[in-house]
Amino acid sequence: MRIEALWVAFYTIVIREIRRFTRIWPQTLLPPAVTMTLYFIIFGNLIGSRIGQMGGFTYMQFIVPGLIMMAVITNSYSNVVSSFFSMKFQRSIEELLVSPVPNWVILAGYVTGGMARGLGIGLIVTLVSLAFTHLTIHNLPMVVITVFLTSALFSVGGFINAMLATKFDDISIVPTFVLTPLTYLGGVFYSIGLLPDFWQGVSMANPILYMVNGFRYGILGVSDVNPFVSLGMILVFIVLLSLVALRMLQRGKGIRH
Amino acid sequence: MTNALEIEGLTKQYGDGFQALKGIDLHVSQGDFFALLGPNGAGKSTTLGIVSSLVNKSSGKVRVFGYDIDTHLVQAKLNLGVVPQEFNFNQFEKVFDIVTTQAGYYGIPLGRASQSAEKYLKQLGLWDKRNTPARMLSGGMKRRLMIARALVHEPKLLILDEPTAGVDIELRRSMWAFLEQINREGTTIILTTHYLEEAEALCRNIAIIDRGRIVKHTSKRDLLQQLSVETFILDTEQELDGAPALEGVSCRINNEGALEVDVEKGQGLNAVFAQLDALGIKVVSMRTKANRLEELFLRLVEENASDSAKDLEGAA
Repeated sequence: MRIEALWVAFYTIVIREIRRFTRIWPQTLLPPAVTMTLYFIIFGNLIGSRIGQMGGFTYMQFIVPGLIMMAVITNSYSNVVSSFFSMKFQRSIEELLVSPVPNWVILAGYVTGGMARGLGIGLIVTLVSLAFTHLTIHNLPMVVITVFLTSALFSVGGFINAMLATKFDDISIVPTFVLTPLTYLGGVFYSIGLLPDFWQGVSMANPILYMVNGFRYGILGVSDVNPFVSLGMILVFIVLLSLVALRMLQRGKGIRH
Repeated sequence: MTNALEIEGLTKQYGDGFQALKGIDLHVSQGDFFALLGPNGAGKSTTLGIVSSLVNKSSGKVRVFGYDIDTHLVQAKLNLGVVPQEFNFNQFEKVFDIVTTQAGYYGIPLGRASQSAEKYLKQLGLWDKRNTPARMLSGGMKRRLMIARALVHEPKLLILDEPTAGVDIELRRSMWAFLEQINREGTTIILTTHYLEEAEALCRNIAIIDRGRIVKHTSKRDLLQQLSVETFILDTEQELDGAPALEGVSCRINNEGALEVDVEKGQGLNAVFAQLDALGIKVVSMRTKANRLEELFLRLVEENASDSAKDLEGAA
């Protein structure tokens, strides 16, 4: 396909993805806004006022970057996993398989669609947070790069999950039993400096810790880990998972007999 | 001239070891209206699935308008439109969006895609439903939506896997007329169907597949000429108590009370009418017993089943 045709195919997938999650906005856009508002009220205001300062900031200011990142991660992932699996389930994935769209354009289209939702929700949560606290940006490029790359990484993760899934249960296992625990234990609500040495070491094996801290560094200027190590790790994971996803598409894993 | 479709030595073995295709050879000329017939599980959908990239082949060659799907897959796909057996669109999307999105996958910008979608949705009587979610359509409308979607990028080869399954007779006839029209305009059509009268009415060439093998691949005319006996149904003015004794033909009274006469090829009907006239039996109308192709189809499939059984005995 010529480059113009590839571009048309790419934005067709992206527009269809955006159309999908905006059509069902009460299921996709509203719940994270409500949930995060509750987090801000309960953890930030009510409990946070008794916790005092963390990392030199109020507890509310400390948790805002983590909560934004949590919303971006879960929504980027769940958008791609549910959309692609639904296409498999309804067999409308065949529309793509019979067409000349190359695999890398399919992957790029879905990942961009997932990023559109993840980053859109991130923006909504950021706006909600402004009702509770004052945000200053310490390093804007770091904020933008970290949130874009994290959203891309979890969109690719959602794509692989959808490729492997054979039933609806399979698309909720990873978010429930892997993503949520890793996010909660990834320094969203606390600095790992509060943990005993052993658990600090264990926490360093959690990839989400690096993303949350990279983003927190961009906003507050404080981090438990080197933010550039965070960026490097995210990039490496994006490349590795994208290669896995492309290989699965090429072999038709779960989509071709 | 390059064939619209060429298949050589195509095999498919599924993961569970089932050998769905055992070396298929098939060619379809440009402009043809071709039927691929066979009983359930014969390998029709597997064959068409491989051609349309929905199934991975085990071995063999497939070329669409000369483009090998192993080396020139994009060009092969650009020439191909597929209407599958089962509904495979997003039930929550609107009709117009489904068709234009498919055009987008072929790299057609939205402006041109919208024009093409309008053309085919109008031709297929779906334009009034363009803003309706697909799940709200009737079964026949959903089938026509899949045809519009398959044509939106103007393919030269259209594959239809049982396009009229579950469609009422009136709508089926209108779909036949539409398919004949686009075939006249130059689109090569390959059709699978369980309605053999559909293949007999529409197609010029036919292949019959059974148990993963092509058991017949010829023109419809040649195939029908293989019928040695043809059965005619004669409606008589007076009700007959029993079948009259007719010299040289066998006849009987069918369930509807009409006279069924078996006439050997080349025998002609004049002698039959003369005898009936002599007996004072007046014929008011006559029709061929449906379906000639069905008789041949059953015979060929039975022969293949018998051959397969012999092969198995030999192997044992």
